[in-house]
Amino acid sequence: MYKTRGITSVLAGALMATSAMAETELTVYTAVEAEDLARYAATFNESNPDIKINWVRDSTGIITAKLLAERDNPQADVVWGLAATSLLLLKSEGMLEAYAPEGVGELDQKFVDKDTPPAWVGMDAWVASVCYNTVEAEKAGLTPPKSWQDLTDPQYAGHVIMPNPNSSGTGFLDVSSWLQIFGEEGGWAYMDALHGNIARYTHSGSKPCKLAAAGEIPIGISFAFRGAKSKAAGAPLEIIVPTEGVGWDMEATAIVAGTANLEAAQKLVDFTVTKGASEMYNTGYAVVAYPGVAKPVEHFPEGLLEAMIDNDFEFAANNRAAILKEWQSRYDGKSDPK
Amino acid sequence: MSVSSTELSQLPAGPNVKGKLSRDDLVMRGGMAVIALYLIVTLALPLYTMLSKSFSTYQVQLSQYEFQVSDEDGIYDGTIFTGTELNNTTGVYDHTDLSTGADGRLPVSKFFPDFSFRSSVMYQLRNTAEGGRFLVGSTLHDSTEWLEVDSNTFRRVQLRPVKARGIDNFVNYFSTPALFNSIKNSLWISLLSTVVTVSLAFWFAYALNRSCMRFKGLFRLVAMAPILVPSLLPGIALVYLFGNQGMLKELLFGASIYGPIGIVIGSVFFTFPHAFLIISTALAISDGRLYEAATSLRASPWRTFWTVTIPGARYGLISAAFVVFNLVITDFGLPKVIGGQFNVLAVDIYKQVIGQQNFEMGAVVSVILIIPAFFAFGIDRMVQSKQVSSLTARSVPFEPKPNSKTDSLFFVYCSIIGLFIIGMLAVCQFAALIKFWPYDLSLSLNNYQFDKMDGGGWGSYFNSIKLGLLTAVVGTSIVFFGAYLVEKSNGFLVGRAAFQMLAMLPMAIPGMVLGLAYIFFFNNPSNPMSGIYGTMAILVICSVTHFYTVSHLTAVTALKQMDREFESVSASLKQPTMKLFSRVTVPVCMPSVLDISIYLFVNAMTTVSAVVFLYSPKTSLASIAVLNMDDAGDIAPAAAMGMMIFYTNAAARIIHLIASKGLLAKTQAWRKR
Repeated sequence: MYKTRGITSVLAGALMATSAMAETELTVYTAVEAEDLARYAATFNESNPDIKINWVRDSTGIITAKLLAERDNPQADVVWGLAATSLLLLKSEGMLEAYAPEGVGELDQKFVDKDTPPAWVGMDAWVASVCYNTVEAEKAGLTPPKSWQDLTDPQYAGHVIMPNPNSSGTGFLDVSSWLQIFGEEGGWAYMDALHGNIARYTHSGSKPCKLAAAGEIPIGISFAFRGAKSKAAGAPLEIIVPTEGVGWDMEATAIVAGTANLEAAQKLVDFTVTKGASEMYNTGYAVVAYPGVAKPVEHFPEGLLEAMIDNDFEFAANNRAAILKEWQSRYDGKSDPK
Repeated sequence: MSVSSTELSQLPAGPNVKGKLSRDDLVMRGGMAVIALYLIVTLALPLYTMLSKSFSTYQVQLSQYEFQVSDEDGIYDGTIFTGTELNNTTGVYDHTDLSTGADGRLPVSKFFPDFSFRSSVMYQLRNTAEGGRFLVGSTLHDSTEWLEVDSNTFRRVQLRPVKARGIDNFVNYFSTPALFNSIKNSLWISLLSTVVTVSLAFWFAYALNRSCMRFKGLFRLVAMAPILVPSLLPGIALVYLFGNQGMLKELLFGASIYGPIGIVIGSVFFTFPHAFLIISTALAISDGRLYEAATSLRASPWRTFWTVTIPGARYGLISAAFVVFNLVITDFGLPKVIGGQFNVLAVDIYKQVIGQQNFEMGAVVSVILIIPAFFAFGIDRMVQSKQVSSLTARSVPFEPKPNSKTDSLFFVYCSIIGLFIIGMLAVCQFAALIKFWPYDLSLSLNNYQFDKMDGGGWGSYFNSIKLGLLTAVVGTSIVFFGAYLVEKSNGFLVGRAAFQMLAMLPMAIPGMVLGLAYIFFFNNPSNPMSGIYGTMAILVICSVTHFYTVSHLTAVTALKQMDREFESVSASLKQPTMKLFSRVTVPVCMPSVLDISIYLFVNAMTTVSAVVFLYSPKTSLASIAVLNMDDAGDIAPAAAMGMMIFYTNAAARIIHLIASKGLLAKTQAWRKR
C-alpha cells in the first residue's frame, strides 16, 4: 500500500512539474453503481487532488451505446467501470488508447487485456451462479442441482428462470460460457435441453435471483453477488456454483483514444490498478483484480474463484452478434408460455 | 348600343380588394407560426429522422477487400483476389449474411476451402477503399496497406460492415419469426382486450345512465381510478394475485398469468375508464321520445335496445373501441411486467433499443407499430366527423324509471367491476407494506426505502412531480394559446387547416415511437438543440407533444362555445386581441384550462412509454422507477412507488376540484343570472 502510494505521488509530482499546477478535469464514463461513485472519486483524490472527475453514469448497455455513438467525436476521457465485453467492442472500433499502467504486472493476468500494451485493465468480476430457493424446492420435491447438466433434468421443468441474453449482460455471459464449456454444438444442445425447463426469460440479470428469493420460481440463473444480497435480506436461498465452471465478466478501465488529457487519464488508470483500488472495489465485489486482496463477502459461495472459466472475451465479443441471432431464432420465437 | 357594351367589357379591372392585415392579424399568424414550428421541431422532424434511420443499414462490402495467399513456403505468386471473387467461387455467404447490424462481423477463413490454422500458408489482406474496416482479434485495421498474417492469426480476421442505405432492415425483420410474430400477437391481444373492455364498459355506463341504481357517484369515481396509475401497476397486482406465489392462483387452474391472460386482464383494467367515459357521454345524450315511440309500438325491451339504444350510442362505441385498441397496442409497461415470453411490438422496440442497442431495428419496429395505431386513429377521426347531433331542441331527455329487479342486477354488476378495480389497487398497497412476500408477512415500511433500490430513489418521485407541474404549466399555455390562435384568427385558411392537422398528429404516434424518434433527432451532436438531451426540458417537451391532441381538442371545444363577436367587438373598440385573450377568453374558459392542466399533470406522472428512452440518471422518474425496480426483481417497492403515483394523482385531482370550485365561483359568476 505504502509503496504504491509512493510511486503514484512521485509520478504525480513529476507530471505536475510539466503540466503546471492547474486542476485537470476528466470526463469519466461509468456503469458502476451510483452510490459507489463518490467513494471512488474521493479515494482517487486522496493521491491525486489536482484531477477532478466528472462522472457520466448509466447502465452498461446505455453507456456502451453512448460511447459507440460518439465514435467520431469522443466526449469521454476515461471509461472506469464498464464490462470488458463492452470495452472489447470499443477496442474493435479503434476507440481505446493502449496503455500499460504502472504496476499492471502485479494484477491477476486474467484481468488484463492480452495485447501489449493492454487496451484495458480489469477491476473486479461478477460471476454467474444459480440461486436455489430451498423452501419452494422442497415443496415441489426437487433435489438441489450440482451442475449445469443437472438443470436439464425433467424434474426442474418450469422451475428454472434465466435472463434473456439479448437484453441482459448476465444472460449473455451464461450463454457464451456454455458455448465455451460444452463447445459450440454441445452448448446449443445443452441450451435446447435447458429451454424445456425454463419458465421464462427475464429482461434483467438480477431478476431471476430475486424471483427465486421470493419463491416465484425456485431456481434462478443469476450472479453470485445478487444471491448473496438476497440471502442477507433473509431469503431462504442456497447459492450453487455448478461444477462445470461458471461464466463471468469483469468491470474494466480504459483510456479513450483522442483524449486531450492523456496525462491525467494515465494517472487515473495507474490508480485503478493499485492494491488500494482493489481494496476499494472489494466492498461490493468478492472477486477483484489484485491477488490476495479480496476479503470474503458474507453469504458468498465457496470455490467461486476456482470455478471461474478461462473466459475468452475475444470469442464472446466477436461472436456476440451471431450468438444472439442464433439464440433468438431458437428460443425467442417460441413465445407461447408453458 | 353595341358600341357601349364593347366599351363596358373593355373597362379596366377594378382594384383587387384585399383585407388589410392588421397588426393583430400579424401577431396572431406569427404566434400560430411559432407554435406550428414547435410541433414541427418536436414531432415531424424527429419522426422523419426515425423513418430515415429505419433505412440505414450495415453492409459488408466484399468488393472493398483484397486477399493474397502464399504457398507453404510463404511465397506469393502475385494473384490478388477481391472478397467478391472469393465469395462467388466459394458461395459461403449469401446476401442476408452480408447485411448485418452495426455490430456485425464476418470471418474470412471460410473463403479458402483448404484453410487450416496449422498450415504454414501466409495470408495478406487489405482494404481497397478508405473507410474499409476489418479486425484481427479485436484490433481494428482501417488502412489500405497490405497486412500479412499467418494461418493461425488469419482465422481471427473478421470483416466489419460499413453504413449503407436500403430496405435490408425490413427484409431482415420479416425473415425473423421471433420478430414478426409480434405483429400477430399485438393485434389479437389488442382486439381481444378491446372487445372485453368495450362490452364491460358499455354495461357499466348503461347502468350509470339508464338505471336508477344507488351510489352512482361512487361508482363513477371508482371507474376513473385506473387513469391515475401507470399501466405497469395492474401487471404488478396480477403477479401478486395470480403469480406462482399468488393469493388467488388456484382461480387460473394451472394456466400462467405471464402471457396473454395477464396482458388482457391488465389492459381491461387500465383502458376501462377511457372506454367508460366515451360510452357514458354517448349514452347520456338520448331522446326520450324514441323510447316512448318504441313503447307505444309495443316493441319488446330487447328490440328497443337493439333498434334505439345501440344505434344511438354507435359512434361512442366505435370511438371507444378504437381508443382502447390504440391504448393496448401501443402500451409497453403492462406487457413488459406480465407478458412473460409473449412478445408484442411495443416491448420489442424496448428490447431492441435498450437490450441490444440495435437502434435501426428499433426504428423498423416503430414504423410497423405506427401503422395499426395510425389506422385506428384515422378511422376514429372519420367516425367522429360523421357524428351529427341527435339531440335537437325538441328532444326530451330520457328519464330512467326505477325497476327494482334490473336496478339490483346492475348494482351487483357494477359492484363486481368496482371490486375488481379497487381490489387491484388494494393488492398493490398491501404488497407494498409486506416485509418479504410470501415468507415474512409482517408489516413494514422497508419497501418505501427507494433510495436503497435500483431505479432512482425518492429523487425520482420528486422529479416526476416536477415534470408533472412543468408539463401542466408549459403544456397548457402552449396548447390553449395555439388553439385560440387557430380558432379565432381571420382568413389564412390553408395555414389553419395545416395547423389542425399537425395538432391531431401526436394522438396517432405511440409514446415509444416518439421517445425513440427523440433519441435520433436530439441526441445528434450536429443538432443545435442537442443540449437539451438528458435534461428535464426534453422530458417536458416530449410529454407536452405526446399529450397535445386531447388537450388541443378540449381547448378548441371550449373556444368554439365563445362567439366570434367578442373579437369583432374588441376590434371595434380598438383593443388589441392579446388583451381580449388575457382579460376575457382565458377567464371565461378557465374550467377547460384547468381540465387541460390536470390531464397533462396526471399523464406526465403515469407515462412510461414516452420517456423511457429519454430520462437520464439525474432526471429519473417515478413511473420509470416502477419499471426499473420491477425489472430488477424488486416488485414490492415497485408496487409501493406505483401507489405513490396513485395517491399523488388523486391528491392533484382533489386540489383541482377545489381550485375549480373556487375559480368557478370567481370567474364564472357571469353565467348565473
